[in-house]
Amino acid sequence: MNKPLRRVAVFCGLLVLALLARVNYVQFVQADELSEHEDNRRVAIERYAQPRGNILTSDGKPITGSTETEDTDFKYKRTYKNGELWAPVTGYASQAFGATQLEALNDGILTGDDDRLFFNRTIDMLTGKPQKGGNVVTTLDAKAQQAAFKRLGDKKGAVAAIDPQSGAVLALASTPSYDPSSFAGNGEKDSEAWSKLQKEQNEDTPMLNRALRQTYPPGSTYKVVTAAAGLESGDFDLDSKTDSPDPYKLPQSQTDLGNDGDNPACKNASIRVAMQWSCNTVFAKMSDELGNDKMREMSEKFGYGNGELDIPVRAAESVYPEDNRPQNAMAGIGQASNRATPLQMAMVAAAVANDGTLMKPYMVDKLVAPNLNVVEQTKPKELSEPVSSDNAQKLQEAMETVVKEGTGTTAQIPGVTVGGKTGTAQHGENNEKNPYAWFISYAKGEDGSSPVAVAVVIESSDTSRDEIAGSKLAAPVAKDVMKAILDGKQ
Amino acid sequence: MSSNLNINTGSNTTVSPGGLPSRRNTELAMLIFAVLIPVFAYANVGLAKDGSLPAGMLGYGVGLGLLAAVCHLVVRRWAPYADPLMLPISTLLNGLGLVLIWRLDQEPGITTPALGGALAPGQLMWSTLGVALFLGVLVFLKDHRVLQRYTYISMVVALILLILPMFFPARYGARIWITIPGVGSLQPGEFAKIIIAVFFAGYLMVKRDALALASRRFMGLYLPRGRDLGPILAIWALSLMILIFETDLGTSLLFFGLFVIMLYVATERTSWVVFGLGLSAAGAVAVASFAGHVQSRVDGWLDPLARAANGGVTETAQAMYSFGSGGILGSGLGQGYSRLIGGIAPKSDYILATVGEELGLTGLMAILVLYALLIERGMRTSLAARDPFGKLLAVGLAGAFALQVFVVAGGVTGLIPLTGMTMPFLAQGGSSVIANWALIAILLRISDTARRPAPAPAPSPDAEMTQVVRP
Repeated sequence: MNKPLRRVAVFCGLLVLALLARVNYVQFVQADELSEHEDNRRVAIERYAQPRGNILTSDGKPITGSTETEDTDFKYKRTYKNGELWAPVTGYASQAFGATQLEALNDGILTGDDDRLFFNRTIDMLTGKPQKGGNVVTTLDAKAQQAAFKRLGDKKGAVAAIDPQSGAVLALASTPSYDPSSFAGNGEKDSEAWSKLQKEQNEDTPMLNRALRQTYPPGSTYKVVTAAAGLESGDFDLDSKTDSPDPYKLPQSQTDLGNDGDNPACKNASIRVAMQWSCNTVFAKMSDELGNDKMREMSEKFGYGNGELDIPVRAAESVYPEDNRPQNAMAGIGQASNRATPLQMAMVAAAVANDGTLMKPYMVDKLVAPNLNVVEQTKPKELSEPVSSDNAQKLQEAMETVVKEGTGTTAQIPGVTVGGKTGTAQHGENNEKNPYAWFISYAKGEDGSSPVAVAVVIESSDTSRDEIAGSKLAAPVAKDVMKAILDGKQ
Repeated sequence: MSSNLNINTGSNTTVSPGGLPSRRNTELAMLIFAVLIPVFAYANVGLAKDGSLPAGMLGYGVGLGLLAAVCHLVVRRWAPYADPLMLPISTLLNGLGLVLIWRLDQEPGITTPALGGALAPGQLMWSTLGVALFLGVLVFLKDHRVLQRYTYISMVVALILLILPMFFPARYGARIWITIPGVGSLQPGEFAKIIIAVFFAGYLMVKRDALALASRRFMGLYLPRGRDLGPILAIWALSLMILIFETDLGTSLLFFGLFVIMLYVATERTSWVVFGLGLSAAGAVAVASFAGHVQSRVDGWLDPLARAANGGVTETAQAMYSFGSGGILGSGLGQGYSRLIGGIAPKSDYILATVGEELGLTGLMAILVLYALLIERGMRTSLAARDPFGKLLAVGLAGAFALQVFVVAGGVTGLIPLTGMTMPFLAQGGSSVIANWALIAILLRISDTARRPAPAPAPSPDAEMTQVVRP
C-alpha cells in the first residue's frame, strides 16, 4: 500500500504547490492591478485618509479644502470654495464617485502618494508626522474667472481665456455649473445630489465642461482662420477687393448663400471689410478657392484635429473634416461639420494676438510639495506657427476694425485696443434650433503685446431668436473677462 | 489478523526495530512558540487598533498556554510516541484563527447583532470543547483499531449526518446546517468526513482484494466487476445528491475525493482513479449545467472582478482586492480592510482574505506551509502505520484535510470555483474546530501506535515446544 500512498502524498504536495503558486500570482503579479482597481474601495479610503492638498489660483489662494468627517471609512472630505465657479477647473473628488480633471490627474500630489514625494513621505514617517498632500498651483486668474462666471449668469455657455504669450489658461468657465462639494462625501445626500446632476435627470448637463469638452459649430468666428489661410496663400490681401458675388451660389449646388442683413458692402469686399461685416459670401468663396486641403491644413495648425490636447485635462478634439466642395465652402464660414471647442477658438484668437505663434495651453503652473518645494514647473511651449508675423498683424488690423466699427462694437473697452470676431452659429435640422452666439477676442496692452485672448460661446438664453448674435450676447462677456485681466495688470 | 498483516505490509524503512525517539521535548518547545505567536499577534492587533495592549491579553495568553500545556501532558502520558509536530501546528493555527476572528470583531460594520455580534468568545469556547474532545480521544481511544469494529455503524451515522441537513432550511445559499433549538446550529458535514473515513477504511480493508484483483483488463485499464462498481456508483450518486439537494459543492467534492483516494490506496489500481475522476467530472458538468447556484460560482471564478447583477462589487472581487492590496508584506494585523467583503464571510469562508491582506503574501504562504506540514505529517503517519486499517484511516483523514484546505484556499484565491467550506482551525465555526481537533487526535493516536517501538517478539510457541519436550 505504500506505493499509492506515496503518490497520494505527492498529489497533496502538488495541491499545496498549486495554492502557493496561485497566491504568489495574485499577491505579487496581480497585486498592483488589484490594489489600484477602480472598484477597490481602499483606493478611496487611502485618498481621504489625510487632508488632501489644495488646488490654488495663480495668486496662491486655495479654491479647495478638506474637512474631517464622522465616517468610518473616510476620515476627510473634500470641500470647495465657490465650487460652481471653479468646477470646470478642479473637477471633483468624491468619496463615492471617484475623481476627475485636476483632482484625478494630480491625485498623487494631492494625496502625497506621488513617487516624487517619496523623500518627504519617508521623513514624515521617520519623524512620526502624518502624511501630507502637496498643492497644485493653477494659472487661473480669480478675477477673470469670476467675471466670466458672473457674466454668463444663468445662460448656458462657456468661456475660455488664454494668455497668448505663454498659453496659460486664465479663465475656464462653464454654465450651468455644479458644486462638487454637494457630492464629495458618500452619504445618501451625496448620492441624491449626484443623480440630480446626471444627464438622465438633468437636461442642462451641468457636469459637462463646455469650455473644454464640448464642440460647437464655430460660426463666423471661424472666418479668422479662413482669412489666415487666404492671406498665407498669397492670393488675397487685406485691403484688395475680392471677386465675390452677393449672393454666392455654393459650388456644385443650386443653393444661394446670402449675408446677414443683406449688407451691400459685402459684394467684392476686401478681407478687412468682409470681417468687419462678417460677410458669408466672401469667406465661403475664399474657402472654396483655397480648397479643402489648404483649409484643413490651416485649421490643424491652429490646433484642430488634435485628439491629445492635454492642458493637462484633455480637451475634446476640434474637427475640420475632409469634405466635398459645397460642404467645404460652408465649413469656411464655421458651419457644416466644422466643430470647435471654446478653448480651440480662444487658441485661434491667441495665435493671432501673439503675432502668429500658437502657444500650447496649460492650466497647471506648478506642483508643490507639502514643504513648498516645487516638484514640477510647467514651461510655456510653442505648439505651432500658423501664420507669419506679417499676416498675423494684418489679421489683427481686421479684427480691430470689427470692434472699432463693425459687428463687434459691444466689446470696446475705452483706452484699450481690442480685436474680435463675432459669430452666430446655426445648428439643428434646417437650422431650427436657437443659434449659438460666439465671440472671440483679444486685448492689447500699452506695449502692443496682448495679455489675454478670450472665446465665449452661449448656447441658449431667453433672448428671442432674432436678437441672438455674438455681438449682443457673447461680446459683453468677453469684454468683462478682458477688463478683469487688464485691471489686474495695472 | 492484524499481527499477521503487520509483517506483510508494515514498512521496514520507516519503523526501525529499536523505536524512534519520542520527541516529546521537541513538541514542548514548538508548543511554546505556538502559544507565543498568537499572543504577540493579539498584542499587535490591540496596538494597531487602539494604540494600547488589549485588555485581558494576559488572561487569553495564560488560557491558551494552559490548554496547550494540558494537551502536551496528556500526549506525553497517553500517546508518548505520537508525532511531535501535529499538536503545535494545530495549536498555532487555532490560536491565529482566534486572533483573526477577534480582530474582525473589532470592526463594527461586520459585528452587528444581526450577524451574531462578536464571534471570538464563542470560537474560544468551541476551541476549548474541541481540545476537550482531542484529550478525550487520546485518553479513551487506546488503539485506533477499535474503530474498525464500528465500520457499518459509522456508515449509517455518516449517511444520517449527510442527509439530515436536507430537512433544515438553507442558510447563506447552502443547506449544510442542522439547527437544534437552544443549542445552536451544527454543520454535520465536518463530522461526517471523519466518520466516513472510518467507514471507508473498515470497508476497503475487507474488500480490497476483491476490488483489486477481480477485474478484466480492457484497453490497458483494469475494469472492475459490476458488483464491485456498485458501491462506488452509490457513493457517486450520494455525493451528487448532496450537491443537488444541499447545494453544497464543497462537501460532495471532499466526500467523493476522499473515497477515490482511499480506494486507490487500498487497491493500488490506477483504474479506480480514472473512474473516480471521470465520474466526478461527469457529475460536476451535469450539475453545473442546470444548477444556478453552481453556475454563478463558476461565473465568479472565470471573471472574479465582474460586478454583481445589482451593480455592486461581489464578495469574490472584494476578496481579490484584499489579496491585491495586501501585497507581499501585508498591511499589518488590524490595519486592513477585509471587512469590505461584508457580512459574516470575512470571519468564516473568507478568513484567508484577511490573512492575505494583513499578513501579506508572506503570512499567507506561511499559513499554507503550516497546513502542508500538517498534511505531510498525516501522510507520514499513514506510511508508518503498521496495519492496513490504520494506514487507510490516516490517509483518509489527511487526504480529507488536504482536500478541504485546497478547496477553501483555492476557492478564496480564485484558483478554482468557490465552494464554501471552512478553513480548518482558522475560520469561525464550532463544528469545524471540534471536528478538526478530533481528526488530529485520531491521527496522533495512529502515529503513536506506528512509532511505538515494536513489541518484543512473542516467545515462539514452537521454540517453547522444543524446550518443553525433554527427555
